[in-house]
Amino acid sequence: MSAAFLTAQHLDVRLAGRAVLNDISLSLVSGHLVALVGPNGAGKTTLLRALAGLLPSDGAIHVGGAALASLSLRERARRFAYLPQGHIVHWPLPARDIVALGRYPHGATDPARLSAKDSDAVLRAMRATDVVEFSDRRVTELSGGERSRVALARVLAVEAPVILADEPTASLDPRYQLDVMKTLRAAADQGGLVIVVTHDLGLAARFADHLLVLSQGRLVAEGAPAAALSEQVMADVFRVSAYRAEFERAAVIVPWAEI
Amino acid sequence: MSVRDGVVTAEIGARRRVSVTTALVVLVVLLVLISLGIGPVRLSPLAVIEALFGGGSDVSQVIVREIRLPRTILGVAIGAILGLSGAALQGLLRNPLASPSLFGAPQSAAFGAVLVIALGLADVRSYALPVAAIAMAFASVFVLLAIAGRNAGLLILILAGLAISSLAGAATALVMNLSSNPFVVLEIAFWLLGSLEDRSFRHVMLALPFIAAGAVILWSQRNAFRALSLGEETAQSLGVDVGRLRLVVITGTALGVGGAVAVTGTIGFIGLVAPHLMRPLIGHDPARLLVPSALTGAALLLAADIAVRIIPSTSDIKVGVLTSIIGVPFFLYLIMRERRALGGGVA
Repeated sequence: MSAAFLTAQHLDVRLAGRAVLNDISLSLVSGHLVALVGPNGAGKTTLLRALAGLLPSDGAIHVGGAALASLSLRERARRFAYLPQGHIVHWPLPARDIVALGRYPHGATDPARLSAKDSDAVLRAMRATDVVEFSDRRVTELSGGERSRVALARVLAVEAPVILADEPTASLDPRYQLDVMKTLRAAADQGGLVIVVTHDLGLAARFADHLLVLSQGRLVAEGAPAAALSEQVMADVFRVSAYRAEFERAAVIVPWAEI
Repeated sequence: MSVRDGVVTAEIGARRRVSVTTALVVLVVLLVLISLGIGPVRLSPLAVIEALFGGGSDVSQVIVREIRLPRTILGVAIGAILGLSGAALQGLLRNPLASPSLFGAPQSAAFGAVLVIALGLADVRSYALPVAAIAMAFASVFVLLAIAGRNAGLLILILAGLAISSLAGAATALVMNLSSNPFVVLEIAFWLLGSLEDRSFRHVMLALPFIAAGAVILWSQRNAFRALSLGEETAQSLGVDVGRLRLVVITGTALGVGGAVAVTGTIGFIGLVAPHLMRPLIGHDPARLLVPSALTGAALLLAADIAVRIIPSTSDIKVGVLTSIIGVPFFLYLIMRERRALGGGVA
């Protein structure tokens, strides 16, 4: 196994005086798709933000051997591509300009004046998510599924070694959910570290190499999907029982009944 | 295939922006010539150009270069900074209803200036005036953004802006109320209406450095506004220091608006209107809206200042009154258009 690319030691986060994350330590390797799961309010989004340095935290985070605290905002932005929930776009900008914002951390702040390298990266990202045909369409005119692909393209265009995606499949139809997960899976297969927050344990079990289970601000289980989502964890953390099986060599976990 | 199309359309967009900007520059130049030619003594644009460059009669030289030029320079500079700061605030807050006047910035700046005048700390020609106006403008926008919080909706911003401009208006009224000299009160009252009349190069020197500094500061942040289209958190993840950006934009707006108010009184609604006129032509990219909005602001204020000289009336109409008379119905129209967003905020 290769050396860890992203590590956190004894991470604590307090928001408005309340401890949201408690003593989280983790060590994640490149080439993995990591699913971050847990009940509502477990601190998943907070952990994602803390890892990207978007929130102040106590403890040490290292990315690619460098301490996060020692990196400038721009250096962080080149290492972490962050996809927030909801894909907010406040102005009706053309899809290509949105994707081009992914090159902002690389100094390409004007989508009309991209270097050859930057516009190649934009094009690659738009091809990977199949949104090239929307280039000139305003994102506000696209459907929810199309917009989520544009948002994903923006994240891929950063070409960062770490991708952090917060519920990228929420409110998408099954087809788009698979689409998004496959794109993220491909980014991991190409050597990236992809961390996905999701409530969909089925998608997590199928696509992830590694699972992090968060409950009440603590990391309570981690490992391969079937092991991390053991019957015990399902009962203690999610308070459900689950149907478990294997299909096409991937774990199938379907939450079945409340306990 | 479609990628090529995309590149082609982007080029058409760029060409369109250039032609719109060029047309605006031409319009501003024309309005400058008209503004220099209009008054008790009417001069043709040619005579104006001649006088500007030292030709023509001595009288027309004095009229153009010493009486009307300062007024016109202030019209261009103040219109431009109002348009620019409106576009910048809209970019910062991702909100088409943001503007200095709706946030009470000019009203607060006016309070600062009135306080200085009434306390006799300075006459209308000292730097104490713009400094006080800028300080109050800064305080008002700062307080507004602090009250509104990070991701404030339309409704909160407008309510907070209403409260702040009402407070500034009440404070100004109190100063006038307590002032024992009726002549000072009358002077303040007229000055508050906003006017470019009888301004000299002293006034230009008083305001221009602050306006220029504000404009440079706001312009330098243009690309951050574009990144902010994705929300503050995403912008931060792209490397924009959002907290710093807010302070920088508040400072730029306060310098520009404070400097402007110090020499002309309150001139409202240009910052709200200018970016809206440009969006159908230029698109919604907040970075690309800055310069066209500044030019539109300059054109609007020049046109209004020309209009107050042409409109026949027994006493002279103040340009600030005219911009509000035109601007407020426009604001109502915008509210109507944004009704759904506003209604959503209530629910």
